Amino acid sequence: MRARSELKNYRQESYYFRIRLAVAAAFVLLCFGILAARLFYLQMAKHEHYHTLAENNRISLVPIVPNRGLIFDKNGVVLAHNFFVYTLEITPARVKDVEETINQLSELVEIGTLDRKRFKKILSESQEFESVPLRTHLNEAEAARFAVNRYRFPGVEIKSRLFRHYPQGALGSHMVGYIGRINDKDLINLKESGELSNYKGSDHIGKSGLEEYYESILHGKTGFKQVETDSGGHAVRVLSSTPPVPGDNLILSVDSKLQKIGEDAFGDKRGAMVAIQPKTGEVLAYVSMPTFDSNLFVGGIDTENWKALNESLDKPLINRPLRGIYPPGSTFKPFIALAGLEAGRRAPPFSINDPGFFTLPGNTHRYRDWKPQGHGVVDMRKAITISCDTFFYGLAHEMGIHAMTDFVRHFGFGQRSGIDISGELEGLLPTPEWKKRRWNQPWYPGETVIFGIGQGYMLATPMQLAQATAIFANNGVAMKPHLVTGIQEASSGTIRTVEQVVTDRMELKPENVEIVRKGMEDVTLPGGTAVAVGAGAPYTVAAKTGTAQVVGIKQGEKYDASKLDERHRDHALFIAYAPADDPQIALAIIVENGGSGGSVAGPIARKVMDYYLLGKEPAESTPINPIALPEAAIAPATTEEHAHD
Amino acid sequence: MIDRIYKGLVRHIDGFLMGCLLLTLLLGLFVLYSASGESSARMFAQLTNISVALLVMWLAANIPPQHLERIALPLYLLGVLLLLGVALFGEITNGARRWLDLGVARIQPSELMKIAVPMMLAWYFAKREESLRLTDYAIAAIFLAIPAAFILKQPDLGTTLLILGSGIFVIYLAGFSWKLIIAMAVGAAALAPLLWTMLHDYQRRRIIILFDPHQDPLGAGYHTIQANIAIGSGGLAGKGWLNGTQSQLDFIPERTTDFILAVFGEEFGLLGNLLLLLLFTLIIGRGLVIAAQAQSTFCRLLAGSISLTFFTYAFVNIGMVSGILPVVGVPLPLISYGGTSLVTLMLGFGILMSIQTHKKLVAT
Repeated sequence: MRARSELKNYRQESYYFRIRLAVAAAFVLLCFGILAARLFYLQMAKHEHYHTLAENNRISLVPIVPNRGLIFDKNGVVLAHNFFVYTLEITPARVKDVEETINQLSELVEIGTLDRKRFKKILSESQEFESVPLRTHLNEAEAARFAVNRYRFPGVEIKSRLFRHYPQGALGSHMVGYIGRINDKDLINLKESGELSNYKGSDHIGKSGLEEYYESILHGKTGFKQVETDSGGHAVRVLSSTPPVPGDNLILSVDSKLQKIGEDAFGDKRGAMVAIQPKTGEVLAYVSMPTFDSNLFVGGIDTENWKALNESLDKPLINRPLRGIYPPGSTFKPFIALAGLEAGRRAPPFSINDPGFFTLPGNTHRYRDWKPQGHGVVDMRKAITISCDTFFYGLAHEMGIHAMTDFVRHFGFGQRSGIDISGELEGLLPTPEWKKRRWNQPWYPGETVIFGIGQGYMLATPMQLAQATAIFANNGVAMKPHLVTGIQEASSGTIRTVEQVVTDRMELKPENVEIVRKGMEDVTLPGGTAVAVGAGAPYTVAAKTGTAQVVGIKQGEKYDASKLDERHRDHALFIAYAPADDPQIALAIIVENGGSGGSVAGPIARKVMDYYLLGKEPAESTPINPIALPEAAIAPATTEEHAHD
Repeated sequence: MIDRIYKGLVRHIDGFLMGCLLLTLLLGLFVLYSASGESSARMFAQLTNISVALLVMWLAANIPPQHLERIALPLYLLGVLLLLGVALFGEITNGARRWLDLGVARIQPSELMKIAVPMMLAWYFAKREESLRLTDYAIAAIFLAIPAAFILKQPDLGTTLLILGSGIFVIYLAGFSWKLIIAMAVGAAALAPLLWTMLHDYQRRRIIILFDPHQDPLGAGYHTIQANIAIGSGGLAGKGWLNGTQSQLDFIPERTTDFILAVFGEEFGLLGNLLLLLLFTLIIGRGLVIAAQAQSTFCRLLAGSISLTFFTYAFVNIGMVSGILPVVGVPLPLISYGGTSLVTLMLGFGILMSIQTHKKLVAT
């Protein structure tokens, strides 16, 4: 009985157990059914979608960055070129602890505090997955040491990158400019111009000077490789490729020797000089002092150097020829003189007897001449030579402001010269309309008077002064100033010559031009304001000196240079062209706080003209730099490509 | 002579189960060769693992289940002791404390518990069979909760789930009231938010990413996204063995271990996946049949639990790789590279075979 009940129990129990098992089995089948449905969804329903994703994963377009065009001076001296350097780079997204990684790397490769600072700065401006350079210019030994330990540093790579180098360093840095890392603003500009795709893989772009102006020509066309890549972005094999087109080279009209002589002549003074071939508009020298080393900007400038440059009282970063604006002072007089002559006023034998000041009719205010006792009898030619203020006060008053501004506008005042560097300022050619608009104030007759000697609201850039001088030297025919004379295709070597453009043509009476020119020639002769410039020169120089006030001087007060702080002294101005009978070079110079134009700016002009016209080098001349690469710069001339670039 | 030796060797082997297992293991070797980048070293290592696992299975198959019943309690106690040891002196690898260095060898006590826990519970219910009360289920639950808590603390969510599963299956098969099952299911749903606060950050993240892997495509979601791309791009018939681009170009993380199904699905397609599901179903089905035919409560419960735990393995892994379950670190049974879990699994199958082949004839 007991056995039977046990058996019955067992059977019943077994029955319940089997029901439980059957429920479990049904559950298993249900769950596997869900899995099968999910797999069907992925592999059949969404197959196309995932197939595309897998292909996108697998195939990537790797940009091949084109070589940037080189920049040469007129004699083939290299001003900007490229070379390969090993750089040690970190992709932050693939590194756990960036700080710790850098510390470990510094045991293998020297990493200075400047490197760290620059890295941090670039890091803060970059995306997580972008490769950020930590150290540049690794030498062979350092590269090898890292290569051996590479397995310890996932996300850290040595890349061989094309680097921009300016062999002349600080020479003509405002003209040549520099390239720098592409920032957000550049990206927006590139997007707007539709050029963004051409910059895939590029991380530098022209930021200033010719590097910026000719960016589209220098950059070239980016090539592409279709490669199969693994998840780490390493190319496994190349499927197809379109080679890049290197950027074109620029050939300048500037002679770097002349440029160097110009810069050296400034010494430690601040200022600018632009020299132009008046017949062609070719710029022969483009000096902005002080200069800076363009190479500092290429790898991303570190904060200390940047601070030093940006906060310096000398303002080395200002491109003075285009962005320095100064009252032209007496250098403006030749143009007013010509305006008067062309208007039929002051033609010889007209003369005045200068008492040392000018007064407007019915007003006692004295517009003083720089020479308190006056110059005595002064005609037009002498007025230019001795820079007689009284003579020009009267002329300006008689002509009226509009007659003068309408005339001198043809010499380029108040408008951009159109030189091939961006950022040029317009200066200011003031008119009553302008004053009403700008200040909502009436124009006073006295303002017309001082306009005659280049004072008041009148402002001009050194570039404008040089261009005006060149136009005058070229008998009123304005040539568009330009630095680049030829664009050379990198692959074939063929050179496209840049066209010379006439921007304005004035019909000037030769006898009027002659009077002004004679007056300017006398400036460099005994009795003129810049005798030193002409002394002993085998060519004739037509010139005009000037000073521009920095601090206003009250009526009746005397200007005393020795009493003033150096930075409050007048700016020295100087314009000249030579030879006067067949002008080959026209220039304008400004020496900030230099005092008098003739004695400070004149010698600079003389050195430049002596070299340009005679090939004569100053005694203290230093040689220019032939192509010299920084140490440890040369890496094998192959680019490593990375899909994540 | 040879015939007799062979017969002696296979006396306690279940032919059907063995066939399914060997087929699956072979399939695994093929995928592993592809997933490891055609590494023969990996192949030999896995072959060694398989050999050891087969030996363990054979040994287990030859131990009569009555012996197993006797060592269930001591084994469980030893396991808990070792887990305590891990918690106190364990080595930390990859942020988890799972290994115990005994001087001669490093062991992972949580693996032992995958077998010891269902044995313990099966033993307990077999012992209390005559007068089973609700309190017995509560006591069983405590036996289950102790090791589970230790392992969750390590932390090892995957193993915890598997062990909880194995124990819950025993409790379920032992006849736990349906009403209470439903009530607890409702209660669990209500308690879910509380559980949420107890999870580790990385576990929570995995669950969040499960529902939206694209929230963190380069981080925690990367695994799931890339695995789905691999499986989906495989299509019906797959890209062919050794030809999976996702697999061969290193887009799938952990592709020889937890995510090996992505490689399998990419190269062998939906057909391959269905074949694998079929093999798994046959293995589980055979296990459930063995459980149904088992003659003692201990054997029944243990066999049922082992079969259903195997199901949990397969379901959780395939679910997580195909993106419907969170990534919890459970390998694909019999396929993923690795010796530890393989040995434990085959030990389980050995026990199943032992239960099946040590049956006494019963008159009906």
